[in-house]
Amino acid sequence: MAMISELQAPPRDRLSRARTLHWALVGLLAVCSLASLQVGATDITLTTLLGKLATGETLGRMERVVLLDIRLPRLALGALVGAALAVSGAAMQGLFRNPLADPGIVGVGAGAGLGAILAIVLGALLPAWAVGTVGNQLVPVAAFLGGWGSTILLYRVSTRGGRTSVATMLLAGIALGALAGALSGILVYIADDTQLRDLTFWGLGSLAGASWAKVLAAGPLIALSLGAALMLGRGLNGLALGEATAAHIGIDVQRMKNIAILAVAGATGAAVAVSGGIGFIGIVVPHLLRLASGPDHRALLLNSALLGASLLILADVIARVVIAPAELPIGIVTAVLGAPVFLWILLRRRGLVDT
Amino acid sequence: MTRLRSIRPVLATLVALGMAAGSAGAQQTEQADVLSIGGSVTEIVMALGQGHRLKARDSTSTYPPAVADLPDVGYMRALSPEGVLSVGPALILSEEGAGPVEAVEVIRAADVDFVEVPDAYDASGIMNKITIVGAALGVPDRAAKLADTVGADLRTAATLAESWTGARKRVLFVLSTQGGKITASGTGTAADAIIRLAGGVNAVTDFTGYRQLSDESLGLAAPDLILMMDRSGDHAATVDDLFAMPAMQLTPAADSQALVRMDGLLMLGFGPRTAQAVTRLNHALYGERS
Repeated sequence: MAMISELQAPPRDRLSRARTLHWALVGLLAVCSLASLQVGATDITLTTLLGKLATGETLGRMERVVLLDIRLPRLALGALVGAALAVSGAAMQGLFRNPLADPGIVGVGAGAGLGAILAIVLGALLPAWAVGTVGNQLVPVAAFLGGWGSTILLYRVSTRGGRTSVATMLLAGIALGALAGALSGILVYIADDTQLRDLTFWGLGSLAGASWAKVLAAGPLIALSLGAALMLGRGLNGLALGEATAAHIGIDVQRMKNIAILAVAGATGAAVAVSGGIGFIGIVVPHLLRLASGPDHRALLLNSALLGASLLILADVIARVVIAPAELPIGIVTAVLGAPVFLWILLRRRGLVDT
Repeated sequence: MTRLRSIRPVLATLVALGMAAGSAGAQQTEQADVLSIGGSVTEIVMALGQGHRLKARDSTSTYPPAVADLPDVGYMRALSPEGVLSVGPALILSEEGAGPVEAVEVIRAADVDFVEVPDAYDASGIMNKITIVGAALGVPDRAAKLADTVGADLRTAATLAESWTGARKRVLFVLSTQGGKITASGTGTAADAIIRLAGGVNAVTDFTGYRQLSDESLGLAAPDLILMMDRSGDHAATVDDLFAMPAMQLTPAADSQALVRMDGLLMLGFGPRTAQAVTRLNHALYGERS
């Protein structure tokens, strides 16, 4: 019931509350990060390593590999991907003024999926020089290009006379999604058994392939996109009043749409490319935060980044310890945890969604 | 690509031989520190009498039943690097195709010997697998003996298959009958290889790999015998269910109710038991002859 009083509190009060929430979430992120370095299938822990470092002992090769080459890049990648998905979700929900919008709404997911399938199924047909240049990274690169490309295509289709229609974008997104689905279907048909397995696992998402190379490739793009998205708070608040009103209060609506769409395509495209399909973070995180501290985008976007990163890191910890030494695809964990939470929100707060 | 593939077994053998020299010390202590990935590789380790050295296995390693007690590091194409390292292997024996690539790279970077065993669908390929595994485990003599036995078994099976002078029967390997649709093997698969080794003719040669067959093309394929994997928990069709399918009713196999089911690893694993699988299929096709 505390939440109702929060919703009724004057806006200024809620914003300051949201800003105190920043610090709580920074704390949560720190705790999740430490947990992610501490826990894993091996019994190597951060605490023993710090103890060794303190007494001047050198670390074994195994300890270094587990900590520096496995857990640390996974942590970094998890934080980047979680933040990217959650902020993209919040931005899209704001831009489309639709509570069910998620990063996939601008066609990133379908396009990235098609790119990944193309790479998995037809990758073997590439000439040797191309394989030599792209190598192991063929699937992520193709997924990124697919996701980015389909968003740009969708954006071009929905923009006429320098004005982007979000309604057109929504519907065209559905059409493009169906088309990408059909093309993927053709590729699934010609795929062989092992390729189908690879496809299934890709679609479930995983951070098991995390490496510094992936962090370095995806990191700058996600950081840049997130930086741009975080500046959209005031504009998205204005847009909540409708496009015309937003324009009247001095917001350059078209410019904001451009930034939002490019940022989401960049962040989500890169995230999906390095981790495969991870559901529910983009949709659940912003809703949780709206319940806790209201819909003000100035606080919501940053909080989404923090909570998204924390939750994905946590989900990854669960994914890798629950059936160790094997490991669950992380998309399963986020959906199993995220779907009930989402349902619970819907049932508890029906009024919020029905506005 | 093809050229690379053909030199790979040679390279792997060289690597394995080098390893054998290095692991001579480990042989005396005989600690359980081997992780075996891939059903046929695990079978070979066991057949070499080195089961006591296994520390863990992957989810495709299901034979002999004793290996089920070992910790399972998951599906071989979706390995978790830390999960693999957590079982503390000093040596990883892996069938070709373990992944994801990044995971294998990290595992190789740790202090673990990683030996890749190339996949192959013929007698010399199986013997090569045995040689590589034996060398990596430091038991080349046992491996040579096992390879000889397995090779002799396979030759006997091949002689049996060739001894049939009558018309060759057409065999359809059915991977699944999910939702009333039949997914069958074309060419280039382990199933295709086992059918040919057993003296049968693959009923479907229009495509490579496993594909869904239309009802009519199933009639055209006209298989004399249906070959399927035996699964515990049985989501595959029973004989009646299978031949009750409309498309199946047109086939000669339905008239004689000819269905052979074999354990998937036995039939498609191309390990030490392949001769058994070949002989069983041959007997099912042409009857037991002396």
